[in-house]
Amino acid sequence: MPVHILREWRPSLDDDACVARFAVSLMHEIGIMESAITAVLDQARQHHARQVNRIVLRIGSLSGVEPEALRFAFDAVTAGTLAEGAELKIETVAARAYCAGCGVEFEADAGFIFSCPRCRSFSGDLRQGREIELSRIEFI
Amino acid sequence: MHTSPEPKGILPTHDPEQAMVWPAGADGALQGRVIGESAPVAVAQEVDLRVPLLDKNDRLAQRNREDFRRRGLVALNLVSSPGSGKTALLERTLDEFGRATRCAVVVGDLETERDAQRLRRSHAPVVQITTGNACHLDAEMVAGGVSALDLTGVKVLFIENVGNLVCPASFDLGESVRVVLLSATEGEDKPLKYPPIFKSAQVVLITKIDVAGILGFDCEAAADNVRRIAPQAQLIQLSSRSGQGMDEWYRYLKSLQPL
Repeated sequence: MPVHILREWRPSLDDDACVARFAVSLMHEIGIMESAITAVLDQARQHHARQVNRIVLRIGSLSGVEPEALRFAFDAVTAGTLAEGAELKIETVAARAYCAGCGVEFEADAGFIFSCPRCRSFSGDLRQGREIELSRIEFI
Repeated sequence: MHTSPEPKGILPTHDPEQAMVWPAGADGALQGRVIGESAPVAVAQEVDLRVPLLDKNDRLAQRNREDFRRRGLVALNLVSSPGSGKTALLERTLDEFGRATRCAVVVGDLETERDAQRLRRSHAPVVQITTGNACHLDAEMVAGGVSALDLTGVKVLFIENVGNLVCPASFDLGESVRVVLLSATEGEDKPLKYPPIFKSAQVVLITKIDVAGILGFDCEAAADNVRRIAPQAQLIQLSSRSGQGMDEWYRYLKSLQPL
C-alpha cells in the first residue's frame, strides 16, 4: 500500500511508524476480505447468481479488525467480480466474558479489563467478541 | 383489484432493489404482478454461511501448528519490548533446561546475526531470521526458519520474536504458548498501555527482578496490572542473571505437552 494513498485516506497519520503500523493492519484486513470474497463468489457460482447484492460480516469488537479498513479493502477486492457494487454490512459483535466464580456471562464493554459486575474479579475468559465471520449473502 | 401500473404481460423487473422488496406493496397488494402470470424468474436469495474468515497468515500458522504437532514439538512464541531480556532468558534456559531437554531456537531481528551467535554457544540448533523492515515475525518466516533447523530429538522450539509490543499480537505463528516478557527496566503499567499482547498471553514473565529495587520498580504493582489485563496467564517473576525464579520457569516448561 503506497504511503501517499494511506495519507490521503487517513490524513491524521503523521509519522512513518504510524503509517507502517497502519499498512500492516490494512494488509490483515485485505487478507480477510479476500477470503470473504472467495467464499462469496464460490456460493454465487453454485447458485448460478448473476449479481451479489449484499454481504454481511460479523466482526467482534475485540477481533482486532478495523471495520473502516475492511470497507477500504472491500472495494479493491470486489472490483470486476459478481460482487462489485454490493452492499457491505458489518455487524459488530459485542464482547462478552465469563466469570467462573459467579457462573455468569457479562458484557465486557469497558476496554481490555473484564471485571465481573457482581464480584468485581477479573476474567480472562472471553466468550464472544473475537468473531471474524462471513455471516450471510444475498444475490439474484 | 390490483393496482399495478405495469401493463399486462410484462414480467416483474430484475432490478435488484425491486426484486428484494417484491412482492409486498404498501397496501399489501402484489406489485408488478398480474393475476394469472407466473412468479418472477429471479428473486433475491439469502444464504446463511457463518464461516470464519482467515487471512493468509492464519492459514500458514495453522500449517505450522500441524507441522509442530507431527514433530511432537512444543513451540513457544516469546514477545516483548526490545531489551526486556528475551535473549538472556534463552541463553540461560538453553544452558540449564536444554541440558536434559533438547531445544531449538528461531530468532527474529530486523538486522544482524548477533542474537543467533549468542544463542549458538549452547550448541542448540539456532536460526536467525532478519526481517529487514518488518516489525514482527509472521508464520511464513517461521516456517522458512524451521525448515533450516535440524530438529532431530528437539522437544521445545523457542521462537524469539522481534522486540515490539504491538504488531506481534496480530500474528499467530502456530505456537502453542505465547510468552510475554515485562522487564523491571520498563514501567509497571505496560500491560495497561499495551493490552492486546498481554491479553493473548498464556504466560507473562516479569524479568530482571534482581535490579527492581535499585530502579524503584514495584513488582507487585506490575503483577497486579498483569492480573487485571491477563488473568488467564501464568505469572512468573524471575531474573536470568541471578537465577531467581528460573526453577519455576523450568517447571512450567517441563509441564508442557505437545499438542
